[in-house]
Order: sequence, then C-alpha cells, then structure tokens
Amino acid sequence: MYRYDEFDTDFVSARVEQFTDQVRRRLAGDLDEEQFKPLRLMNGVYLQLHAYMLRVAIPYGTLNGAQMRKLAYVARTYDRGYGHFTTRQNIQFNWPRLKDIPAILEELATVEMHAIQTSGNCIRNVTADHFSAAAADEILDPRPYAEILRQWSSLHPEFSFLPRKFKIAVTGAPHDRAAVQVHDIGLQAKRDADGNVGFTVFVGGGLGRTPMIARKVRDFLPEEDLLAYCEAILRVYNRYGRRDNKYKARIKILVHETGVETLKADIEREFEEIRHGVLRLPQDEIDRITDYFAAPPFDADADDGSLDRASAADPALAAFVERNLHAHKAPGYASVTISLKPIGKAPGDATADQMDAVAALAERYGHDEIRVSHEQNLVLPHVRKADVPAIFEGLKAAGLAEANAGLVTDIIACPGMDFCALATARSIPVAQRISERFGTPERQRDIGDLKIKISGCINACGHHHVGHIGILGVEKKGEEYYQITLGGSGDENSSIGEIIGRGFSYDDVVDAVETLVDTYIGLRETPQEDFLAAYRRVGDAPFKEALYGTA
Amino acid sequence: MAAQLYKDGGFVADDWRHLGDDDLLPEAGAVILPLARFLESVATAPASLKLAVLLRAADDPDALAPHLSRLELIAVDFAKFSDGRGYSTARLLCRRHGFDGELRAVGDVLLDQIPLMRRCGFTAFEIVHAPTRRALEAGHNVEVPLYLQPAERAGERPAGARAWARRPAASPV
Ligand code: HEM
Ligand code: SF4
Repeated sequence: MYRYDEFDTDFVSARVEQFTDQVRRRLAGDLDEEQFKPLRLMNGVYLQLHAYMLRVAIPYGTLNGAQMRKLAYVARTYDRGYGHFTTRQNIQFNWPRLKDIPAILEELATVEMHAIQTSGNCIRNVTADHFSAAAADEILDPRPYAEILRQWSSLHPEFSFLPRKFKIAVTGAPHDRAAVQVHDIGLQAKRDADGNVGFTVFVGGGLGRTPMIARKVRDFLPEEDLLAYCEAILRVYNRYGRRDNKYKARIKILVHETGVETLKADIEREFEEIRHGVLRLPQDEIDRITDYFAAPPFDADADDGSLDRASAADPALAAFVERNLHAHKAPGYASVTISLKPIGKAPGDATADQMDAVAALAERYGHDEIRVSHEQNLVLPHVRKADVPAIFEGLKAAGLAEANAGLVTDIIACPGMDFCALATARSIPVAQRISERFGTPERQRDIGDLKIKISGCINACGHHHVGHIGILGVEKKGEEYYQITLGGSGDENSSIGEIIGRGFSYDDVVDAVETLVDTYIGLRETPQEDFLAAYRRVGDAPFKEALYGTA
Repeated sequence: MAAQLYKDGGFVADDWRHLGDDDLLPEAGAVILPLARFLESVATAPASLKLAVLLRAADDPDALAPHLSRLELIAVDFAKFSDGRGYSTARLLCRRHGFDGELRAVGDVLLDQIPLMRRCGFTAFEIVHAPTRRALEAGHNVEVPLYLQPAERAGERPAGARAWARRPAASPV
C-alpha cells in the first residue's frame, strides 16, 4: 500500500495549516461565506441540513487497520459514534463542528489521511476497483495509476476552479467494478499483445440530472501518456465547459453539446502539444509507485479444506461463503466482502466499534489491508480461506456478518432527507423498509443478484440511474414520490435505467418493488438468469403490466 | 488611492491605465485595452502610446500570437474568482506561446488563489479586496509550499528524488 514519504507528510501538514488559517480568517470575517465555500469544499467540508459534514478521502478505497482505527477514533470523539462510507470510496462524518475540523485533520494526518479534494469543483478522489490486486480476473493493479493521478491532481494550480467537480475512476479488470463509464474520465487498464500497459479512455460519463454513459476517446493510450492526456482533457474542459448553469457544467454536457468527435480533436490537438513534455511518465516513476502496491506474500497452504468442512456443518457460514467471498488470484485465498447493509439499517453506516472490529480482523487475518467499495461495503482483499470461519465469527460478533453481497438487500442509498439539504425525499428509510421486506436469507438468495439504488433527489448520489432497479425520490405537491427505473447498470455493459411509469408514494413504493421482484421470479428462465438479464431479454412490458395493469 | 499592484513581494506604483471599449485613446502613456479593441488599435496607435491587452475569461490567447513579441504586459481578468479559465489562459500564454512579459491577474483576485496563479505564470496582481491587501502587506503566506506537478516557473526546486516533487524558488518572485 502507498506510504507517505517525508514530502507527503510535509504536504499534508502544510495543507492542514493552510486550512486552519482559512477557518481562522473565515471566523474573523476576512473571508465571506461565498469566498470560503470553495476553500472548505476543497477540504471536504460541506454545510448540511443540520450541521457541517466532513468527507475524508480514502484514495482508491485502500486503507490499513491503523487508519480505520483513526476513523473510529474521530467518529467517537468528534461525531456521534459512527461514520458513513460513500459510493466514492470516502467516509463522511455527519456531525463535526467547524471549529473541531482542523483538529480532526491533524489527527488524520498522523495516519497519512486527509480530506483534500473530496469535494469542490476540482479533481476529486480517484477511485478504483475494490478488488484491486486480488481479483482473479484482474489484468493489472490499477491503484499505482490512481496514485499517480492523485498526486498530479493534488492542489493542481490550473484545475482547482473547474466549471464543476471532476471524477476519475480506474479499473484493471475486464469486469468493471469501478463504474468507469459513469465518470468524467474512466480508465480501463490493459496490456497489448507485447505486454505494454495502456488505457482505454472514456470521457463524459456521469449521473446527476442528465445521466450519460461515457464515450470512448482512446482505445489504447500508452501509460507514459497518461498524465499528458488527462491534462489535455482537463484543459479543454476548463476552457470550454459551461459555467452559466451548474446543472450543465459537467464535462458530459460539453461532450454532448460539442459532439464527441470535435471534442476529441480538441483534446488530441492539446495533447500533441504537450505529450513529449514534462508530463511524460517516466518508467522509473511508474515502477517506484508500483512497488508500494506489491501484493503481500501469499501462503502456499492457505486452504487446508477446513473452510469446506466448516461450511458443510454451518449453513450460515455456507451462505456467507456463497455470497460474500470473491475469487482471488492466489490459490487458497479469497476476498471477503463485509456488508454494511445489515437488514433494516442505514446503508454504508458503521459504528466506531465496528470500524475497530474490522481493523482488528484485517490486522490479524488480512495482511492489514481493507478496502471500501463503491457499493458502500468494506472488503478484506486478501484472506486465507482457512481463516474465513474465524473472520465470520468475528464479523458476527460485530453485527457485520450479513451474507447479502450483491443481493436485493445490498442497497445503495444516499443520505436523502435525513441529512441532506438538497433532498426532495427520504432515501435511507426506503432502503431500510425494502431491506426488511426481503430480509429473510432464503428469499434474498432465491431472488439472486439484484442491485437496488436509491437517491433522495435528482443529483443521483445514490446512483439510481445504474441500479437494476433504481428509485428516485422527488417531491410532488408537498409529498414524497418515488420514480422507478429499470435496467440500469454500472459495469462494462453500462446502461441508464428507463423510467417504468408514474411514481409511487412513500407508503406504496416498497410494494411496487416487491411486485417487480415477483414478476421477475415468475418470468425468469432459470434461477441463474438474474434480474437484469431477464429484463434485458423481455423488456419492460411484463413489469409495466404487473405494476399498472393493462390500461 | 494607494497602489493596488502587488509585484515582487510588495505594492508598487502602476504606470498602466485600464481603458474600456468607449474610452478615448490618449496620445501617450500606457494603456490596457480589451482584446478586440487592442487588435483594432495596435496597428494605428501612436508610437508614444504603449499598449497592453486585457484577456477576459472567454478570450482565446491564440489571438495574440502575432503581437506577443511586442507586448510588455498581458492582463487576465478574473471577473469572478470561481471562474478558473484564466489559469488555463496563463498557462497557454507561457507555455504554448512562450510569453515572458508581465502577466497580471486582475479582477476578483483573492489571497488564497494567488499561489495557484503564480504557479500558472502570473507575476503581478491587482488587488482590490481589502482583507487580501492587508494580508499581503503583513506578509501573510497561505501557500502549501510543496508541489506535485512538474515545475512551471523558473526557480522551483526539486524536493528529493521524486519525479515531480517541487519546492518554491528560494525567494518569492
Ligand atoms: C449529504 C450531502 C451531499 C450533498 C449536498 C451532495 C450533493 C451532490 C450534488 C449536488 C451532486 C450533483 C452534481 C452534478 O451533477 O454536477 C452530487 C453527485 C454525486 N454524489 Fe453527492 N451529495 C451528498 C452526499 C453524497 C454521498 C453520501 C454520496 C455517496 C454515497 C454521494 C455521491 C455522489 C455521487 C457518486 C455523485 C455523482 C453523480 C454524477 O456522476 O453526476 N454524495 N452530489
Ligand atoms: S441525491 Fe440528492 S438527496 Fe441524495 S445526497 Fe445527493 S443531493 Fe442529497
């Protein structure tokens, strides 16, 4: 995992000092709120419905036990004993006081963490596949490139006042778990026939009120050109992205309005001019960063058959193994998903005690490595299969052993009306009620893979557009109303869900979801045909009919 | 009125005067003109009158290419501090066009943005915001003096062996 050197340490503490000074000048009135806002946002400080919110970066979702313990400490000391893991592999604290934030940042700096660029109109925390360096299908670990991008984009002098936020995601596997096609820049790392590393580059994806799947602008960008190409994209965007309407300011709108071919030509022209310059990535820099991410030494005898024996004797463990283990590249190893979606709880929340418990398990069994997934779960990427029963016991004790990864109750939901000033409807309670409705183990497993995603307003923080079932909360005549979309997907076959028909009230929306699920069960060809596959096969007619009758 | 021009670590007198689209061109002196007016006047202005140009956020710096070798000063307007186009304008002037005269940030120029502007090539700043002025006069430095992008300005020093880690030039520009 990446470790700070002296430079990074100095950098982060200088940044804490800088922000501390900005807070002081704000409180002294030298900065008005409008002037202060972008500065605090660049440091992850939001003003929410009830309080300030602090969003802490977990670059490409990778952290160690000591860092997780520090997050637990912050939750306990400065917040209400919990934190909220987000879809962008960050953690949010919902209740810190502005005057405590510099102290929190100092605490975080002691474990090489910060809140830089977790918000604001700048290049945000770069995200990556949560099974990086572990997944059996991976071609190469995307995190060294995410780290290189993170460094290059940190306090970038030219790109700190972009038209709007800018999100980059990188994956190194053919199965895209990082949703790269709904990012401003999506990078899919691969190797050519000679083994050289390069990237397929996508530009202009995004959700929000105008969801768009990104367009491919390069099939194979050589790795040495990564930064120059990104800089070219950013410069074109900074100069020509719309600034007259914040809802039309993302690069996706520029791509849409300019046309991808014209924009690509602009990017290529800019790139041609700088590609041989200072930004060309030297191989030794790539190697230096890659070394930090070397896989831990794997045991040859990590699977002694004990997991199979224990699973045979314990159906709960067997269910956990079936759902929450992901195939690992090293024999005898697996990646464990720790679901932050216990039945009936707020998706993505973890208490300080749970964070400590996960830290302890990672230190004891997981090479001291933890990941945050964009599905708001945690992952122990490298564990010996023989240790899974003990990990399962540890998770049970912490209330984190729900065997529902990828199932109907593994719901993504944004904070919604409970916390967010922009919300038009509640989203967490809807998630909780759906979770309770389908919560029995047999029922969930019978339904199989199904991604439900819920947003409390059109900004789409809950990714509802790419949910197999998406739910968008809106307000209609003073009441919450929920619009349902079907068929969205955020992987290598990304698609935007289609609105199925008129919306449902808060009371009725869970019934509607149940109707959809039952309809799917009735029409699937085999239990292996999951919801999305069935929907793509039959289209929306049977679902419409089930919901609204034949009108 | 006290000097507004901050340059080389202090406030200094300014010989240049901003003119709008309708102001009369004087016979002599030094004036900063909006881009269109500059392009219109540059061939006909008397030799006794020095011309500089003001680029607004949407202006294309390429339009100045034929005139750069004779320009002493280019001003870049930040009508709103949150509009970051001027940073790219500066970068293009310095890097694409090799401009090495005075590059001056004008408009909504605030303390926290000055370090970023410097790294994009600005060398002078017109300051109207009173708290910014006070802070600059007091020598209040708000910069993170460590950079993670390749050197932009002459004088930035490598910080250790990392490819792009940099520290500021030994003395402020
Ligand atoms: C509660 C405070 C929050 C506020 C005020 C907020 C605000 C916003 C806004 C205004 C947008 C739309 C931006 C645009 O389209 O230009 C947005 C997008 C987004 N938010 Fe949030 N958000 C909040 C919390 C969260 C949380 C908790 C998550 C993660 C679970 C999240 C994840 C996202 C994502 C992934 C997008 C991107 C959608 C896209 O690509 O356009 N947000 N947010
Ligand atoms: S989708 Fe809307 S309600 Fe939900 S967090 Fe984002 S801005 Fe708030």
